[in-house]
Amino acid sequence: MAFIPHTSADVQEMLAAIGVSSIEQLFEEIPKELRARAMRGVPSQLNEMEIGRLMSERARMDGRPLCFIGAGAYEHHIPSAVWSLTTRGEFYSAYTPYQAEASQGTLQLIYEYQTMMASLTGMEVSNASLYDGASAVAEASLMAVRANRKSKSQRILIPATVHPHYRKVARAAASNQGVRFEEVPYCTQQGASLAAALSRYEGQDVTALVIQQPNFFGILEDVDALTDWAHAHGALVIAVVNPTALAVLKPPGQWGKRGADIAVGEGQPLGVPLSSGGPYFGFLTTRMEYVRQMPGRIVGRTLDVTGRPGFTLTLQAREQHIRRAKATSNICTNQGLLVTAATIYMSLMGAAGLERVAAASHARTRELVSALTRIAGVRLAFEGAYFHEAVLSLDKPVAPLLAALASRGILGGLDLSEHYPELEGALLVCATETKTSEDIELYAGALTEAMSGLATRGLATRARPATAA
Amino acid sequence: MSNVPADLRYTKSHEWLRTLPDGNVEVGITDHAQEALGDLVFVEVPEAGRTLKAGESCAVVESVKAASDVYAPIACTVIGGNPQLASEPEAINKDPYGSGWLMRIRPGSPAEVAALLSAAEYTSFLAAEGE
Repeated sequence: MAFIPHTSADVQEMLAAIGVSSIEQLFEEIPKELRARAMRGVPSQLNEMEIGRLMSERARMDGRPLCFIGAGAYEHHIPSAVWSLTTRGEFYSAYTPYQAEASQGTLQLIYEYQTMMASLTGMEVSNASLYDGASAVAEASLMAVRANRKSKSQRILIPATVHPHYRKVARAAASNQGVRFEEVPYCTQQGASLAAALSRYEGQDVTALVIQQPNFFGILEDVDALTDWAHAHGALVIAVVNPTALAVLKPPGQWGKRGADIAVGEGQPLGVPLSSGGPYFGFLTTRMEYVRQMPGRIVGRTLDVTGRPGFTLTLQAREQHIRRAKATSNICTNQGLLVTAATIYMSLMGAAGLERVAAASHARTRELVSALTRIAGVRLAFEGAYFHEAVLSLDKPVAPLLAALASRGILGGLDLSEHYPELEGALLVCATETKTSEDIELYAGALTEAMSGLATRGLATRARPATAA
Repeated sequence: MSNVPADLRYTKSHEWLRTLPDGNVEVGITDHAQEALGDLVFVEVPEAGRTLKAGESCAVVESVKAASDVYAPIACTVIGGNPQLASEPEAINKDPYGSGWLMRIRPGSPAEVAALLSAAEYTSFLAAEGE
């Protein structure tokens, strides 16, 4: 059977059957002004050779910049074995195949992934992935509403130190289902959320508290105090964590007296390249107590009728093909390919390897901060301890500095003015194990030069009205 | 043939109701329903104090085959769910009309209970459904 629908003979036959002469005639009742016009600005077709050439020219324009931007996606070394195995035909699918049990290799891989993620986060169960870190926060929020049956408010506290994109996506995905997100301000000296800031919610019905560790500024939050506050007030704790950092930080399962209830995060640091923002994958782990409210499925190890070991789907009862509109989520295993890469990455690194990556990233970031803060007009914005990212406060406007650095092939960090207008001259920088001391010196030298060529931030602002007049 | 005790009331969605001496009502799923679902692995019972409209979905029974909703047979207030089911969902398979009860409710009007199917009516409904 050919999988080519609608040959022109088919189309003619269908039109004849309904007595219409052309497809155009079918749309006649749509007023002219509402019809889509032909797309202007789209060039005419190119053949394969031409498009190949165009794409390599465009790719060359990317260059090979030296990247000091983190902010949710991190450049780590990926052993070549990861993607040569991941892209083998046997693995090359985004989904769990239909008739899942016929694909024992895929099921074993998901089983290993779930075991590794549960162990990394210190939780009991893991799902088989979500779209990305942001959608994982949205799914965890909906899950917390289902799991915290004592709370009726559907109200989730989300500190301003949580990734701005995660907050935006969570709002977009969950607020139409009645979930309310309330932002909690942070301490501008520490760059962290304080349990004291939560005191105004005393005695109120709060469904869950989101805690990102390390937070968007790279700062370590006092996760024990925040977790205990949430639990003392009947709220669940949603931990948003960086998987690399977990190799050296306390896992969410051990936060405070009882541990976090749901742990989520962006899986990209585990073997997924930056690649213009995706595809990435999100992870979600939880306690056994909440497994029925968890979106997705679980693979288990079992014995077949003849006693041989094998893998099988052991939980998928709340997925949409079974529960329809009442499913916990519409997500099952869409990001299977990225999960394959992450599982191979984790198995190649091992616990010790991942710990070395984390320790090296931390050391490089300290080195970067110390090199950059030696420059006049650059200081560390916050006092809190940081992992592999830090916010610098510059006395010059950030955007032109970044442009000057970019022209020299250096991506100098993320300008925070869009997301945190209250932080003036704030630049979020990151260094991982991929940066050498020479790279850091190169950046420091380029920033020194760029800064000396620019007027100080305050002066520039004051000078503007005079120029206009 | 499934067991249909004569002293209970039934619904077409396979719930049973037993009026207790204090006027409250115990609700469960029938022997036929548990048989059709297969081995139960998880039960979610409604919370005490919840007010339910007739036909409102109020509990979830999950078996190795499927997850299904249980509906409130009449308008009522929930007194409490069966706490034993959290750790022993199989009680529904073993003893659907006894230790496998799902919830106790206070009926909005006792007349509504009496208006539900009798054992004989439910038996003929099952026979018709089976055809």
